[in-house]
Amino acid sequence: MSAPLVLAGVSVQLGGRPVLRAVDLHVDGGELVGLIGPNGAGKTTLLRAALGVLRPHGGEVLVGGRPVRPGRVPIGYVPQRHEFAWDFPISVENAVMTGRTGRLGLLRRPGVADWRAADEALERVGMTALRTRPIGELSGGQRQRVLVARALALESAVLLLDEPFTGLDMPSQELLADLFAALAGEGRAVLMTTHDLAAAIYACDRLVLLNGEVVATGPPALLARDTAAWARTFDVAEQSPLLRILEAA
Amino acid sequence: MSPVEFVNDLLNPDLAFLAKALLMAVLSSAVCGVVGCYVVLRGMAFIGDAVAHAVFPGLAVAFVIGGSLVVGGTVAGIVTAILVAVFSQNRRLKEDSVIGVFFVASFALGIVIISRAPGYAGSLQDFLFGSIAGIRDEDIQVAAGMGLLVVGALAALHKELVTVSLDRETARAVGLPVFWLDLALYVLVTLAVVVSVQTIGNILVLALLVTPAATARLLTDRLGPMMVLAPAIGGLAALVGLYISWSWDYPTGGTIVLVLTAAFVLAWMFAPRQGVLARWRLERVARQAA
Repeated sequence: MSAPLVLAGVSVQLGGRPVLRAVDLHVDGGELVGLIGPNGAGKTTLLRAALGVLRPHGGEVLVGGRPVRPGRVPIGYVPQRHEFAWDFPISVENAVMTGRTGRLGLLRRPGVADWRAADEALERVGMTALRTRPIGELSGGQRQRVLVARALALESAVLLLDEPFTGLDMPSQELLADLFAALAGEGRAVLMTTHDLAAAIYACDRLVLLNGEVVATGPPALLARDTAAWARTFDVAEQSPLLRILEAA
Repeated sequence: MSPVEFVNDLLNPDLAFLAKALLMAVLSSAVCGVVGCYVVLRGMAFIGDAVAHAVFPGLAVAFVIGGSLVVGGTVAGIVTAILVAVFSQNRRLKEDSVIGVFFVASFALGIVIISRAPGYAGSLQDFLFGSIAGIRDEDIQVAAGMGLLVVGALAALHKELVTVSLDRETARAVGLPVFWLDLALYVLVTLAVVVSVQTIGNILVLALLVTPAATARLLTDRLGPMMVLAPAIGGLAALVGLYISWSWDYPTGGTIVLVLTAAFVLAWMFAPRQGVLARWRLERVARQAA
């Protein structure tokens, strides 16, 4: 059986400029994969192609063994925090419930199964106590947890996370990193982009170095030793602090 | 004039147009108040303004050929909304520029068309600033029907519209037709505008879309109560505005808008949690505790 998420030779052009070139990437069930690369490397573009909202110019994306199409096979998606309208007047639990809108279909109201899924999602991220609070009053870490809960409410086998750690303090990062590892441990295929190398090396089962194409991939402990691949991905010199951090890891 | 005299005038068969004007003004304000919640929450005020102007050529054509104003305005507004939605797909231009191009263009078209009609100056004035005289029973029936349609459609699409408003990319990823939902919302705004143009006029209708919803937003952090409060505020302001305008012989549209503005300023000052006074009081308590 194929992996829940497969990108085979995916090429994407935006405005005539190649952003991704022949990217091969798969995420197995039970695996937490970290996608790492500099700004403009195509990390978010890769996630958008995986979601099916952006059509690749070459190659194909398979989700659950079938070509991806929005709404066909549910994919939990956690966008970057600033993509979400936090000033909208809605409570935490109702925001989480919007994760199931696509699944419910037109003119259908949430039923028992939907509320149970939302309840479980809130419980998973530790937001049950704040469920009736307006989303505008939440801290950065709480907001990130709401986005994760909304994705979990979809009960999908694949989870895509776009920079979930950005702008969070260490306790929030660790809480989320442990949660993502646990979610993968239950059999989900989890792919996350991040700029936080320490968190990625600590939490992920496998890292993918991306810069327009896949430069290298492997378990964090092994990949951290391949400093040449990191230097190539980020286009940095040998004395870069980045490489020194890797040596320490 | 006392409120009692106003009620007497409303019930006076010789002044039947006044009761019709009241019904129409309250209906328009309420419908605009509900749709206006999305206009305010999604930062669509400029689109609301655009649609309000865009219905003008349709009204002008209908006026010149003696057709239905409602049909003419709706068609023109929807055509403009579609043009904006389609041209906005070009990512080199921001949506507000596209809106700027098309709404002034359609307004200009309206002016050219209506100048063909004999004695157009007076009717132009009515279009721009509204007129409460001469509202017919069938106008009220059409407005009520359109209002029900708008509110019904908003209720039916509620969870989809909320989901798209929160985060378009994720909405797209779960397969929601984001483009069509945007278009549906534009069309509903257009219908609300068309319903209201006759009483309040082309230029002031923006206040019905924005001010009651903005006032309601100051008073609550929940969408449900906001969508009840906004039409209530709008309807009440229409009643008070018409009373004042009738008593002192002020223009109706302008008076209603000024009453709405007063309500907004009051809410800004005195809202229970977000108001200036509430925050000032909280700060003082915090300072005393420190």
